[in-house]
Formats: sequence, C-alpha cells, structure tokens
Amino acid sequence: MSFLPFAIAIWIFLVGLYGVVSSHHLVHLVICLSVVQSSTYLLLLGIGYRTNGAASIFVDIPLNTKAVDPVVKALTLTDVVVGAAVTALLLALAVQAQKRFGTVDPDELDPLRD
Amino acid sequence: MTVLQIVALALVAVGAPAVVAARDPLRQAFVASFYGLLLGVLFFAFAAPDVALSSIVIGSVALPTIILLALAKIGDKDS
Amino acid sequence: MSAGEGPARRRDSEISFATRRRLFLVSGAVLAALMTWALAGMPAFGDYHGIYGLLLNRVAVPQEHATNVITAVNFDYRGFDTLGEEFILFAAVLGLALILRERRDEEEGPPDDDAVGRQVSGASVAVRLITVTLVGPTVLLAGYIIAHGAITPGGGFQGGVIAATALLFVYLGGEYLALRRIRPLPLVEITKATGAAGFVLIGIAGLIWGVAFLDNWLPKGTPGDVFSAGTMQLLSVAVGFEITGGFVLILSEFLDQTIVLRRRRGARSG
Repeated sequence: MSFLPFAIAIWIFLVGLYGVVSSHHLVHLVICLSVVQSSTYLLLLGIGYRTNGAASIFVDIPLNTKAVDPVVKALTLTDVVVGAAVTALLLALAVQAQKRFGTVDPDELDPLRD
Repeated sequence: MTVLQIVALALVAVGAPAVVAARDPLRQAFVASFYGLLLGVLFFAFAAPDVALSSIVIGSVALPTIILLALAKIGDKDS
Repeated sequence: MSAGEGPARRRDSEISFATRRRLFLVSGAVLAALMTWALAGMPAFGDYHGIYGLLLNRVAVPQEHATNVITAVNFDYRGFDTLGEEFILFAAVLGLALILRERRDEEEGPPDDDAVGRQVSGASVAVRLITVTLVGPTVLLAGYIIAHGAITPGGGFQGGVIAATALLFVYLGGEYLALRRIRPLPLVEITKATGAAGFVLIGIAGLIWGVAFLDNWLPKGTPGDVFSAGTMQLLSVAVGFEITGGFVLILSEFLDQTIVLRRRRGARSG
C-alpha cells in the first residue's frame, strides 16, 4: 500500500508517454506531454510526504508539529507555473507548424520538406 | 494513508488516461481542465496547499484557455 | 482508445503505426519495470527522513520570520533556484512572443485557416456586467495572495497567474478589443522585465548590505505580519510582477492572433 503513490506516478508517466507516441495532433501531443510532467509532481510530493504530517505553514500550529518536507513542495510549485509557460511555447510551435506545413499531424510533418 | 488520499490517487489514476484518450483536442482541453482540478485535490490531500493552489489556477484556468486559443488559431480541419 | 489507423499517405522509410505501438508497448514495459525497481528502493510513502527539509521546518520561523516555510524555501533558502526557474519562464515567454509575432507579419494574405463566415455574437449585458465587476476582485485576490506569501499558502507564483486571469474576464465580457486599443503592450513587457530584473537587483542589493546574494537584508518583523520576512516579500512581489506580465503576454499574443484576424475579415466582408 505504501508503494501506491509511486506506482500511480509510473502509471501516469507511461499513459502520458503512450499519448505522445500515438498522437495524431500536435496539440494533443503537447497536452499528453503535460500529463507526463504531472507524474513528476506526484512523485516529488509522494517522496516528501510524512504520515499525518501537516503542511509546513506554522501560522496556527506549534513549531514542533510533524510537518511534510517543504523543499519538494517548493520545487513542484514553481514547476507547475513555469511548466505552463513552456507548454504555451510548445503550443505556439504547433500554431507555427500549421502555418508553415498546413498540418498538425506529426506523421505528416516531413523534416526535409521546405 | 487516509481515505481522501486513496480516493484522490484513484481519481488521478483514472483522469490521466481520460486526458490521453480524448483524441479531439477541443474535448481534451476540457478533460485536462478537470484533470488539473483532480491534481489540486490530490496535492491538497498530500498536505501541499501551495502546490494545490497553483495546480488549480494553472491546470483548470490558465492552461485550458491557452489550449483553446491555440486551437482557435490552428482551426479544426484535422478533426 | 479510438486511435488506430495512421494517415493514408506515408513515406516508405517510416514504420507503421501498429509497429510503433508495439515498439512502445515493449519499451514501455521495460521502462515500467526499471522505474518500479528504482522506486522500490525508496523509503516507503509517508516515511520520509530527508534531514534538509525537516531541518528547514524547524529553523525557518525563528530564523527568517516567515510562517510559510515553502515560501521561505522558494525566496530565501533556495532563492537561486527560483531565479533560474524565473528565467526559464522569461525565456519561454520571449520565445513564444517571437514565434507568434513573426506570424503576425505574415498575415498580409487572406486568413484562410479560420472558420469562414463565423459570426461572433457580442456578450450579453449580464455577462458583461458580471465579468467587468469581477475584474477588480480578481486583481484584489491576486494582490492578497502575493502579499501574504510568507504567511499563508500563496506567493508570487500563484498570485501572478490569478492576476493574469483577470484578462480573461475582460475577454469574456467582450471588451478585449476596447482593451486592446488602450492596452499599452510595452507596459506589460516592462512589468515582466521589472519583475525579472527586480529579483536580481534585490539579490544584488544584499551584496551592498554586506550579506550573500539573495540573502535576507531587510528587517524581518514579527512572524505572521504582512510586513515580515524581509526581502522574501519583495522577491514575492517581483515574481508576481514577472508571472503576471508573462501570462498576460502569453494570453494576449494568442488572443491577438485569433481576434485581430477575425476583426480583419469582418472589416473586409462588412
């Protein structure tokens, strides 16, 4: 049971990767990539979690309360936001692909054309 | 593990294939928005309210909007 | 899953879709096995003993006077990492603007990739009223979340995105074109650049005050106060500016792409 979060992180990673491999639409591919990315959030938070630990915000709980690891949370939190900006960049590339090649199907994009 | 954690994990484990299986990007944008919300619940259950907040804002508001706008630009002649 | 048949026309050198999927299933199975093997060696879930984070939980409040340890990690203990993250965002938004703006110049020909004859009905009065009314509270909420980053969950990253979503209300209310006429795009860019530069400058100011780069050089106040935690709050505001500017820029680049086109066609046909 204690392996469950890690197992689900692996599951999400592979499911997203399958989406990337089998995609027929660049936008679909980019969203699948963000699913792959979300598995890393789950993995990081799963590593830093402590049973019955509080969130590390000591406003109304005493300082010696058992709390979860703050470092992995800080990592994840910045990555969620920065990852969205990178996803937007990838979507802009998809828009550009449609403009240049007239298709958003990765299979029809020919690296040697144009 | 608490019940909330297990339920949230199960929902996310189902949500990820749903996002991938939605082959029409327009529909996928909405499924992904729900997935972002589910991730927010999961992070909250993992005692990470900060991450939950940013996941909800990004996953269910900002990202789907950007996807919709990109789709409006690309046009849906492929689907 | 409905995916199956690949596209009809295919070059000889390419593997078929079915082969590719089989290839993925095999390599995915191996990858899953390797990942399971690797993660099985981890401490069990809920049994984390990493000393660094747990130490920070103990010392952050007495040392930095910030009750939210996550913000303390982001903007103080590991501020340099955040600087790096921030510049990834900066570079991504810059790249996006470059890619989409190049398109805008190419747009001289008739836009053929938008639905022909699509009528965009204006927003109703109710929608317009609600959305315009919500702009103020959204910006206020964003400001609150940014300002209380060192105390309760929040900070520049989340608050910045919330502030940028205020733009969506303007768009929903159908006032985007009006906004676009008065919107000073340079101001958005300056906001974003100020945020990025502010982070570095606050860090460098620390050097002048005789502490390390990005170290806390302001009075730290009482833990739990809005004006506590010293430079952390300033850095949070700087990041808030950068994120707001960045996401407003992303959204408006995409919006310009669709809306300007639509308007141009409307002008031609009408």
